[in-house]
Amino acid sequence: MPKKPMSFTLNDAETGVFVEEGQNLLEALRRGAGDLSPKFGCGQGTCGACTVLIDGAPHLSCLTLAEAAASRRVETTGGLAAGPELHPLQTAFMEGFAAQCGFCTGGMLMVAKALLAENPRPTREEVIEAISGNLCRCTGYGPIVDAILTAAARMQGRAA
Amino acid sequence: MTRYAGRGFAAINYPIGMNLGGDPAQALVHSTPDGKFMVTLSAIDLGQGMKSVTRQIAAEALGVPMEDVYVDTADSDTGPHDMGSFASRGTHRVGNAVIRASSEARAQMMEAAAEELEVNATDLDTDGQGNIHVKGAPQRKITVAETAIAAQFKQGRTLSGRGIFLIEPSGVDPDTGEMSPVTTYAHAALIVDLTVDDETGEVTVDKINSAYEVGRALNPKLVEQQLIGGAWMGVSHALYETTEPYYPDRAHGPEDFNTYLMPGPGEIVPHDIAVLERPAADAPYGGKGPGEMCANPVLPAVANAVYNAVGVRVDKLPITPEKILRGLQAQGGAKPGPRRPGTQ
Ligand code: FES
Ligand code: FES
Repeated sequence: MPKKPMSFTLNDAETGVFVEEGQNLLEALRRGAGDLSPKFGCGQGTCGACTVLIDGAPHLSCLTLAEAAASRRVETTGGLAAGPELHPLQTAFMEGFAAQCGFCTGGMLMVAKALLAENPRPTREEVIEAISGNLCRCTGYGPIVDAILTAAARMQGRAA
Repeated sequence: MTRYAGRGFAAINYPIGMNLGGDPAQALVHSTPDGKFMVTLSAIDLGQGMKSVTRQIAAEALGVPMEDVYVDTADSDTGPHDMGSFASRGTHRVGNAVIRASSEARAQMMEAAAEELEVNATDLDTDGQGNIHVKGAPQRKITVAETAIAAQFKQGRTLSGRGIFLIEPSGVDPDTGEMSPVTTYAHAALIVDLTVDDETGEVTVDKINSAYEVGRALNPKLVEQQLIGGAWMGVSHALYETTEPYYPDRAHGPEDFNTYLMPGPGEIVPHDIAVLERPAADAPYGGKGPGEMCANPVLPAVANAVYNAVGVRVDKLPITPEKILRGLQAQGGAKPGPRRPGTQ
C-alpha cells in the first residue's frame, strides 16, 4: 500500500512519518516515530492505555486516524519530563507507588495532564471521572487517584 | 428496599512456590569492568517488583551499593533457566538463587581485592559503599571499581557467580496421593464489611481489614502496593469477573473490556493492612513475598459476608446480583445472620 508523508509536532519537536491509508495514530507514533510510551492495550477504544493529547485534549490514539493528527500538536508521556526533571505528575505517581506493571500509566498520566490543565483544583470525584475510561489491572486505582490529587496540589503550591 | 450489612472473615495458609520437579530457579551474576554488577534472570517482573527485590538482595549479598546492581530479565532464551513468575515463588525461589550467585561473585571479588592489597581474602570486608577494606584497618582499602578493573585487565579473573535454588523434590505416595507440595507458607486473615441491597441484589464492599504474614517485607512499600492492588482484584473476582456467566454456556459472556465487568476507580474499597514480619528460615533474608495471596482471602471473606448479611450462601463465583436475588427468592427474603456489636 502506498505510504504518505505526514508531519506533526510530537512533544514540541517537528516530526515526520510515513503513514498508510487507514493507519491509526498509535501505530504511527510507535512504529513511525518510535515513541513507545503510548501502549496498545485493546485496539478498540476500551482501555485508555493508548491515550495521547492532540492540541491538549485526550484522544484514544488506537481509534484516531494518523492523518487526523497532521499539522497538529501531539503529546505523549514520552515528552512529559524535561530532561532529568520529572513532571510533577510523574513524581507523584512514583512517590505514591501509583504504578506496578506500568502499562496503564502513560494513558493515566495523559488524561491527568489534560484534566489539570483545564481544572487545576479537581475534586476527588472529578479525578475519578477523568480516569474512568482508563483501565488498571494492578493498583486498585486508589494510589492513582491520590497521586493525581497530590500533583495538582503541588502544582498549585498547596498542601495535598 | 432494605440494605443489609454483613461481615465476613477468611484466613488462609498460602504455599510459596510449588514442588513440580523441585521448582528450580537460577541466577547468574557478573561484574562489568567498571565494578557494576549485572544479575541475569529469566523470572520476569510483571509489576510485582521482581527487579527491585532481586536488586536489593544482590546488593546485600555482594556488599555493594544498590545503585551499582542491574537486573536483566530480558529473555528466557538467553537467560539462565527459571520455572517462571507464578505460584508466589519469585522472592523466595529467585531470591535464594540470587544470594548464591552473588555470594560466589563476592568471593571472587574478595580474592581479586586481596591480591591487590596483598592480604588474605578472609581479612577483607565490604562497607556497602563501594569499598573493600582490611578488617580493623578501614584506611587500607580498594574500591570495587578498581578491583574489577584489576581483575579484568591485570589478573585475568572474572568476578561472577552462578546460583541455583532447588527444593527437595517430593514424590507422590501411590497409595494415599500424599505429597509435600511446598516448604514454606505465607499467611493472611481478612475481614470484609459490605452491604447487600435486597431489591437489586447489589453488593457494596465498604471496608477491608487485613493482616498478612509475608516473612520479612524486603521492600515494605512494594508489599503494601501489591496488597492494595491484589485486594482490588480479589473484590473483582468475588463480585464481577467472569467470561462465562452461565458456565459452561457461553451465552451473555462478555466480549471486550466494555462488557467484561471490573470495579472502577469509583468503587475503591478502603483497606487497612497490617503486615506481620516473621523472617522465614529458608527464605532470602527472611522474605517470602505476598504473591497471589494478596487477592485470594478476599473471595471467601466476601462470600461469608454476603451470607452474614442476607443468609444467602453463594458457592459459585462471581457473586452476582442475579445469584443473590435467586437465593433471596428461594429462601423467602433476607435472613440476616448474627451482628457483631458495633455493626449495624
Ligand atoms: S488501545 Fe486504545 S483504548 Fe485500548
Ligand atoms: S499499573 Fe499495571 S495496569 Fe495499571
